Amino acid sequence: MRFAIEVIVLLVVLGLIWRYLGSYLTAVFMGRVHFLDWIELPLLGLLGIQPGAEQSWRRYLRSLLVFSFVSLVLTYLLLALQGHLPLNPEHLGDVTPSLAFNTAVSFVTNTDWQNYAGGTTMSYLSQMVALATQNFVSAAVGLAVAIAVIRGFARKRSNTLGNFWIDTIRGVFYVLLPVSIVMTLVFVWQGAPQTLLGPAHIHDVLNGVHQTILRGPVASQEVIKQLGTNGGGFFNANSAHPFENPTGFTNFLEIVLLLCVPVALTYTFGKMVGNIKEGVAVLMAMIILFAGTFAFTLAAEKGGNPAVRAAGITSIRGNMVGKESRFGVDNSVLFNVASTQTSTGSVNSSADSYTPIGGLGMLAGMMYGEVSPGGIGSGMYTILIFAILTVFIAGLMVGRTPEYVRKKIQKTEIIWASIGVLVMPITVLVLTAITVALPDGRAAILNHGPHGFSEILYAFTSQGNNNGSAFAGISSNTGYFNITGAIAMLIGRFGVIIPVLALAGSLAAKEEVPVTAGTFLTATPMFTGLLVGVILLIGALNFFPAVALGPIAEAVSHGRFF
Amino acid sequence: MLTQIRRSVVLALFFAIILGLAYPLVETGLANVLFPAQAKGSLTPYGSTEIGQHWSGDRWFHGRPDVDNDTETGGTNLGPRSKQLLDNTKALVAFWHAQGVDPTQELVTTSGSEIDPDISQKSALVQIPMIQRSTGVSANRLRQLIETQTTGPGYGIFGDRTVNVLNLNRALAKIEGR
Repeated sequence: MRFAIEVIVLLVVLGLIWRYLGSYLTAVFMGRVHFLDWIELPLLGLLGIQPGAEQSWRRYLRSLLVFSFVSLVLTYLLLALQGHLPLNPEHLGDVTPSLAFNTAVSFVTNTDWQNYAGGTTMSYLSQMVALATQNFVSAAVGLAVAIAVIRGFARKRSNTLGNFWIDTIRGVFYVLLPVSIVMTLVFVWQGAPQTLLGPAHIHDVLNGVHQTILRGPVASQEVIKQLGTNGGGFFNANSAHPFENPTGFTNFLEIVLLLCVPVALTYTFGKMVGNIKEGVAVLMAMIILFAGTFAFTLAAEKGGNPAVRAAGITSIRGNMVGKESRFGVDNSVLFNVASTQTSTGSVNSSADSYTPIGGLGMLAGMMYGEVSPGGIGSGMYTILIFAILTVFIAGLMVGRTPEYVRKKIQKTEIIWASIGVLVMPITVLVLTAITVALPDGRAAILNHGPHGFSEILYAFTSQGNNNGSAFAGISSNTGYFNITGAIAMLIGRFGVIIPVLALAGSLAAKEEVPVTAGTFLTATPMFTGLLVGVILLIGALNFFPAVALGPIAEAVSHGRFF
Repeated sequence: MLTQIRRSVVLALFFAIILGLAYPLVETGLANVLFPAQAKGSLTPYGSTEIGQHWSGDRWFHGRPDVDNDTETGGTNLGPRSKQLLDNTKALVAFWHAQGVDPTQELVTTSGSEIDPDISQKSALVQIPMIQRSTGVSANRLRQLIETQTTGPGYGIFGDRTVNVLNLNRALAKIEGR
C-alpha cells in the first residue's frame, strides 16, 4: 500500500517533469532562453564559434567524434597519472593502462561500466575531474544527438542539424549543472558526504571494532551520475552504499533524476515536430515496456530466493539477498529496473543475487535496446530508429510508402535504421560467444551453472548498450575483458550515433508530405502498440536463444544448486 | 580538422575546470557550512551511524551478517542457485537457533553494500530472548527500546521501517550503564 502511494507520487512528479522540463528543453535547444549568455557567449568566442552557427550532419558528427576522442585521451591521462597528481589522500597509485583505457572509454561513452572498486582505486581528483566531468559531458553529448535527430524530423529542406558545440554547452549549463547544484545539497542534507578530508578512522569502544571509513566528494558525483544516466558509483557498492544513497527519500530522488530527462525528451520531440501527441505515442510505448518489465521482475523477487528457502527460511518480504534493509524488495526492484532501462546502470541492490527471472528483467530492459525510456538522449534517438522500422513494417503490410511525422521514409533511412538496430545485438552476441569459448573468459565467472553464463551475457549486454550495470560477481579487470568491453562500449555508442545522425541528415533535407486520408497516423494508440510489438519482436528474435541458456535455464532447474 | 581539435581541447579543459573542480569544490564549501555533520560522513565517537559495524556475542543486537569492511563494499554476488549461498545461509540459521532466536530473513542474508547499518524492526524484536538472557534487561524494556529506535519510512512513504543497529546498541548500553 505504502509502495503503491510512492509509485503514484513518482508518476505525478514525472508527469510534471515531462510537461515542464520538456517545454524548457525545447526552449533551450531552440535558442529561446538567454539567461546564461554571460557564460555561453564568451565561451563560444573562445572557441571561435558564431552564436547561431549551423552544421551539416557530417560536420556535426565530425565535431562529436573529435571531441569524444579528445575527452577520451584526457580522461585516460588523468587516470593513468593519478599517482603523480594532487587530491589523493589515500595515496593510490596510477591506474593500470588497460584499466584506465576501459574506464576512460566507459565514462566517455556514458556507460560507466566499472572494472575497478571506486573508493579504493580512484583518487578524489580522478573521481572529480576525470570521471564526474565525463558524467556531465557524455550526457550532454547524448542529449545533443537526440536534439539533432529531432531537428532532422522537424526541419524541411534543410541541410543542417544545429551546432554540436552550442548544443553540448547548452545541455551542460542550462540543464545538467543547475539541477546538480541544487540536488547535491539535498543529498548532503540526507546524509551523503561531501568532503575532501580523506578516510576517517574510528574505534567503537562498545564492540571493539576498528573501521576505516572512506569518504569524499560523494554527493556532487552521485547526483550527476543519476541525472546523466551514467551510473558509475563513487564506491564499489554503488547506490547500495549508505553514503551514496542514504535514505528511502534519496532512493526516490535518484529514480526521479535518472528518469527525468529521457522522459521529458518525448515532450520535446512532440513539441518540435509540431504535435505533442507524436511524443505521447512514443512515451506510451516506453511506459508499456517499462511497466511490463517492472511487473514481472517485482513478482519474481517477491517470490523469494530458492537458496534461502532451502535453508529453511520463508519470508513474505521476498528475496532480500543483496538488498538493503532501508529499501526492501519493492524499492530495490524499482531502482534497478529504472536504472537498467535508462542505460544508467547504477544499482541499489546486487543484481547478481536477484532470482533468475528477476535477473532476466534487468537483462531484458537492456536488450530492448535501451529505449524504455533509455539513456539521456540515447533513449530518444534509439526509439526513433525503432519508430522508423515500425512505419516501414506497417507500410509493407498495406503496400504504401511509409511516412513518419510527415517525412517520407525511403531506402536511405531504412538502411541507416537497420544498421542502428543491428550493431548492438551483433556486438553483444559475438563477444559473448567468443568469451564463453575462451578459458580466460570462463575464468572470470563467480557463480557456477547457468548463472555463470548469465554473468558473461549480462556483462556484454550492459557494455554494448552503454548501461554499465553488472552481475558483479564477474572478475573482469583483466586485459581481455578491459579491451573487449571497451570495444563493445565504443560500438554501442558510436555504432548507433553515426547511423542515426546520417538518418537525421537525410530526413532534414526532405520536403514535408501532406497528411492525406491514406496516411498511417502515428500519433495513435495503434502506432504505440505496433512500436512496442516491433521492439519486443526484434529483442526476442535476437536474444531469446541466449537468455534460454542463462536465466531461463536457471529458473527451470528446480531444486538444483551449483 | 585542426579547428575541431583545437576547439575540443579548449572545451574539454574548460569543462574539466568548471565541472571537475569548481562545481565539487563550491559544493563542498556550501555543504560544510549548511550540513557540517552529514558532509563529513555523520560521524559519532562510536562510528558513522550510516556505516554498519560487526556486532558479535550475545550482549548486542546484531545487524545483517555483512563483512562490514568499509573499504571493500559490495554484495557477495552469490546467485540464487549458489551452493555456497545455501551453505552460508544454513550456517547462519544454525547460529541463530543456537542462540534461541528464530531468525528473520535479514538476519541470515547479507546486504547489497555489505555495510547495511539497519535491520527491520522484526529482526530486532526476534533477538530479544538472546539479549534478555545475557543482559538481564526485561523483554518489555527491550521492546520499548526497539520501538523508540525505529524510524522510517521517510515522509511516511519512502523506503522501509528500520532500526539503526548502532543507535539501538548505544541506547542499550545507556540503560545498562555500560
